[in-house]
Amino acid sequence: MKTPLINAGALQNLEHKNGKSSNFPTTNPAPGNFGFQQVFRQHNWDDVKDSIYAKGSVEVEEALHKTKRTLEDFKALISPSALPYLEDMARISRQLTLKRFGKTMQLYIPLYLSNECQNICTYCGFSLDNKVHRITLTEKQLLQEIEVIKSFGYDHVLLVSGEANKTVGMDYFKKVFPIIRAHFSHISMEVQPLDQEEYEALIDLGLNTVLVYQETYHEENYKFHHPKGKKSNFEYRLETPDRLGKAELYKMGLGVLIGLEDWRVDSFFCALHLDYLEKAYWKTKYSISFPRLRPYVGNLEPKVNISDKELVQLICAYRIFNEEIELSISTRESEKFRDNILKLGITSMSAGSKTNPGGYVTDKEALEQFEISDERTPAQIAEMIKRQGYEPIWKDWDKSFNAGVL
Amino acid sequence: MLKIADKVFSSRLLTGTGKFSSSQQMEEALLASGSQLVTVALKRVELDKENDDILKHLAHPQFMLLPNTSGVRSAKEAVFAAQLAREALETNWLKLEIHPDPKYLLPDPIETLKAAEELVKLGFIILPYVNADPVLCKRLEEVGVAAVMPLGSPIGSNGGLQTKAMLEIIIAQAKVPVVVDAGIGAPSHAAEALEMGADAVLVNTAIAVAKDPVKMGYAFKLAVEAGRIAFEAKLAGKTITAQASSPLTSFLEEI
Repeated sequence: MKTPLINAGALQNLEHKNGKSSNFPTTNPAPGNFGFQQVFRQHNWDDVKDSIYAKGSVEVEEALHKTKRTLEDFKALISPSALPYLEDMARISRQLTLKRFGKTMQLYIPLYLSNECQNICTYCGFSLDNKVHRITLTEKQLLQEIEVIKSFGYDHVLLVSGEANKTVGMDYFKKVFPIIRAHFSHISMEVQPLDQEEYEALIDLGLNTVLVYQETYHEENYKFHHPKGKKSNFEYRLETPDRLGKAELYKMGLGVLIGLEDWRVDSFFCALHLDYLEKAYWKTKYSISFPRLRPYVGNLEPKVNISDKELVQLICAYRIFNEEIELSISTRESEKFRDNILKLGITSMSAGSKTNPGGYVTDKEALEQFEISDERTPAQIAEMIKRQGYEPIWKDWDKSFNAGVL
Repeated sequence: MLKIADKVFSSRLLTGTGKFSSSQQMEEALLASGSQLVTVALKRVELDKENDDILKHLAHPQFMLLPNTSGVRSAKEAVFAAQLAREALETNWLKLEIHPDPKYLLPDPIETLKAAEELVKLGFIILPYVNADPVLCKRLEEVGVAAVMPLGSPIGSNGGLQTKAMLEIIIAQAKVPVVVDAGIGAPSHAAEALEMGADAVLVNTAIAVAKDPVKMGYAFKLAVEAGRIAFEAKLAGKTITAQASSPLTSFLEEI
């Protein structure tokens, strides 16, 4: 059959330009309008799982010897076959991290605004069905918390809350942002997913970074762990990074909650998400976190455990896969683990964290989201970082960059 | 001597201040490098603090500060940040860096040209970080920048002069100093740039991340000096092998 000189899509465009309505069916919708879901739906959980576990040492060695790695290489690097290569992986990961980030470590601290939440999540202390003391910081309490955090030396802050739109929704954020903005160069947020317009409004108020973890990419299991509340909408959460990208946010953080599902398969989907986002929203910076299920009020036993060794493997695999990605580790991890992971690929860590609203001053008894493990003060962590020949970084952004705001 | 705008420098090595394991080590390495023009990311400096750690360690008479706008994504953001830097750091010199792409940190030519034009009008001495694009460099020259800073390879890559063919054109055409910025991973790369006729180089990662940054700073100092001397001494061209006969042109003898 002869190739037509002009295809239907082009003809359609032409007619559109001429202002005529077209009767052609839309066969080729413009790419980019459908978001990550379209990519996600092309992958089947079980097939991905089989393909990861089928990777052998040949594929691992191939991945290690390349300079640019693909998603297939990432699968090999997180597969059980890569474990014997852990020392090599750590060496490569360290080299790549030094080249890009130097001997530096970003520090951050969470500021919990509220533990009120309308969601039921099986793994979280803030879950609606936990009958415990709930608070949302008042302006006065917020200022007290800010004062303590500033006294630690911080200039970046991560705002965290549960999802209770009436008390800690956009109205609340719009009220507290100017207060927070006055004290910090850099504001990150880990709250409920919002609409694009809402993100745009907050960017105008100084928002720089949003962390939004999918928790698990296993759709059925996601619904099991999020039975009630807005968070039970898998697709809305899955498309949140698209909304953030469209809002031209400066940085977004992805991750899965390790322990809910097979961490290898979940991590592949997270890497797939990252790969998609980097191409779709090239002006945004990305980071990955590795939260492991921690004890909390309610105590869900992890379905799948990840060993320390495997967590190191995962961290190194991300670095080798993506040289530019920021990798973050929180106080969920133990002192010893954090001290040793520092040089292997991580670029930012929290220190001195409290995971309950008012935790720094006003209400030390309020319910925490999870128990932290590394309880050292920010000064102690900074000292440890310096001892290892790295420089703790407290400021890596300037308010003036978001010129529209001031 | 290197002359940029109205300032004369005996060192042709510009340095960056990121990625060092401490401000102390940065200070020692930069002193060893002999660098006189030192770029500082505005985003790293605590402008409202009197005793900023980075600035404290750069307080030497031989260092002139060159604030940079790393982190901004547009001309608008750059112009705003530049004015703030001028106020706070009391210098109208600026390394203009606009990279909306945070992954490869490649400079945006359109926004850079726009910002450069506006900032020159506002009285700034502008040194723009650009891709190795000869036409863009001429356009920037026309709006009044004090130097151009084309990249040798992607920033932080230590890849060397992968844009060599374009750098040669830029150097041949430029009426302002050409500072090769980004990608210089070894002293030999720096020497090569100077031998080619670049007026200076800017080095950061290769010094900061070396096992011994102080020694590496010194190595770069020597390489840059050697490269410049070689350029001035005029390298012997690569000669075409002498031929005993001239089969193509010998007919001229017979006419």
